[in-house]
Amino acid sequence: MVKFDIKDLDIRFASAHALKQVSMEIRSNEILSVIGPSNSGKTTFLRILNRLNDLNQNFKMSGTVKLDGKDIKTIDPELLRKKVGMVFALPLPLPLSIFDNVAYGVRMHGMKNRKALAGLVEGSLKEAYLWEEVKDRLNESAFKLSGGQQQRLCIARTLAVEPEVILFDEPCSGLDPISTAKVEDAMVKLKEKYTIVLVTNNVKQAARVGDMTAFFLSGELIELDKTDKIFTAPHDKRTDGYIRGKFG
Amino acid sequence: MRDPYRTQRIAFLLLLLATLLIVIPVGMIVVIIVQKGLPAINWQFLLDMPRQGMRAGGIFPAIIGTIYLVSGAIIFALPIGLLAAIYLSEYSKDNLLTRLIKLAIVNLAGVPSVVYGLFGLALFVVFFKFGASILSGSLTLGIMILPVIITTSREALESVPYSFREVSLSLGASKWQTIRHIVLPNAIPGILTGTILGLGRAAGETAPILFTVAAFYLPRLPDSIFDQAMALPYHLYVISTQVPNVDEKIRYGTALVLLALVLFMNLVAIIIRYKFRKKKKW
Repeated sequence: MVKFDIKDLDIRFASAHALKQVSMEIRSNEILSVIGPSNSGKTTFLRILNRLNDLNQNFKMSGTVKLDGKDIKTIDPELLRKKVGMVFALPLPLPLSIFDNVAYGVRMHGMKNRKALAGLVEGSLKEAYLWEEVKDRLNESAFKLSGGQQQRLCIARTLAVEPEVILFDEPCSGLDPISTAKVEDAMVKLKEKYTIVLVTNNVKQAARVGDMTAFFLSGELIELDKTDKIFTAPHDKRTDGYIRGKFG
Repeated sequence: MRDPYRTQRIAFLLLLLATLLIVIPVGMIVVIIVQKGLPAINWQFLLDMPRQGMRAGGIFPAIIGTIYLVSGAIIFALPIGLLAAIYLSEYSKDNLLTRLIKLAIVNLAGVPSVVYGLFGLALFVVFFKFGASILSGSLTLGIMILPVIITTSREALESVPYSFREVSLSLGASKWQTIRHIVLPNAIPGILTGTILGLGRAAGETAPILFTVAAFYLPRLPDSIFDQAMALPYHLYVISTQVPNVDEKIRYGTALVLLALVLFMNLVAIIIRYKFRKKKKW
């Protein structure tokens, strides 16, 4: 099933041309890895999907992005972001307790029932493989957790809102290999329920977890194909060069 | 031959001297005022009406007047200043209007206090017909401290990392929810500090209250916000220059009370900031 349908997406920030005529589809219950060198437009592309670019005064876009057949411009941003969650590059806990971090989203959407909140927090933390490590100290500040735990907390926080799509923006860039493996495990499990878009600078990570892989270069979508295909027999020379580490 | 170490030593000494020069006057002011004013301080001085043309008795109405004025100023200036700061830091786009507003705030901060006094006289006392009253004085002081409150509140709001806002929005919270639950709670120490510094300034100013509220001699407590009131800084001015033969003790005692009041407010600001900074979580 097609989750996102993107047509002729063109984005500028003031004078910078961030994305050029990108058209693609993102299917549900798959992990789409987005790779490419820095400044290739990966993150801009990701932040289109939950309209986070709208916060930038200089942002201009043309083309359409449809979520489940509906133009996202016609969806209320708060509702869209509820459906399309995001995990950022750095672990960014809010300055609240562990519990309050996970409960934040649903509380903002109006859930007050304590029992329901507690259940939801527990469920989300379990889904993010963090419950066992934090179940005895839910009221401590989230900043007391290690970097890897913080990032899984951020994943739990996103899951608690019960989104349909989760956007990962280089979620492991600040993590050690063991934490990275834990986050990757979580992602692979999550795709059963969610559609996942993963922006990563780590080509091997894309190969490990992605069903589909998209390669961006200077704002253009160079190639989008099954991950196996991209990593064994890419069409474009530039894709080949990038995944072999010839430039980047 | 030039000895670079000697040059460095001289430079170091100069810097140290300049720094000490700042401390010395502050210390002297405090020492002299405490030394000369402390003998005057007792319960009678603090809680009694002035008597014999202010040559004896206490300064109670002036203390109360100053507290009224400062409270009035804050009741007026804090909500307006805070709302304006929220607008400027969170909502306004960078355009001509915003730039004009910011310019106006900077200029407002630079206006001499006596001009505020005159402005308050024209607007509140005469035009709005509030008369010389606590209301007029509070509003005038409020306008005077608005720039301080707006500027410090804006800085406090802007010091909350932008990423927190993005995270909150990305979880589907609205902009106002983000401000209310994430930005404001983390900006409160800065806002409070600015507010209390503004208060300290309001408590000590003479010129803005001169034409708008201050009574020369009013040995009773004001009975409404439309009443005149005595105030510490003006009272100090009066007994120091306008009334002959006031005991030095009384003058320095009044100065000491005013100084203590302002220092106390600053101390509160420092403690609040320190407590929150220790609690700061990122």
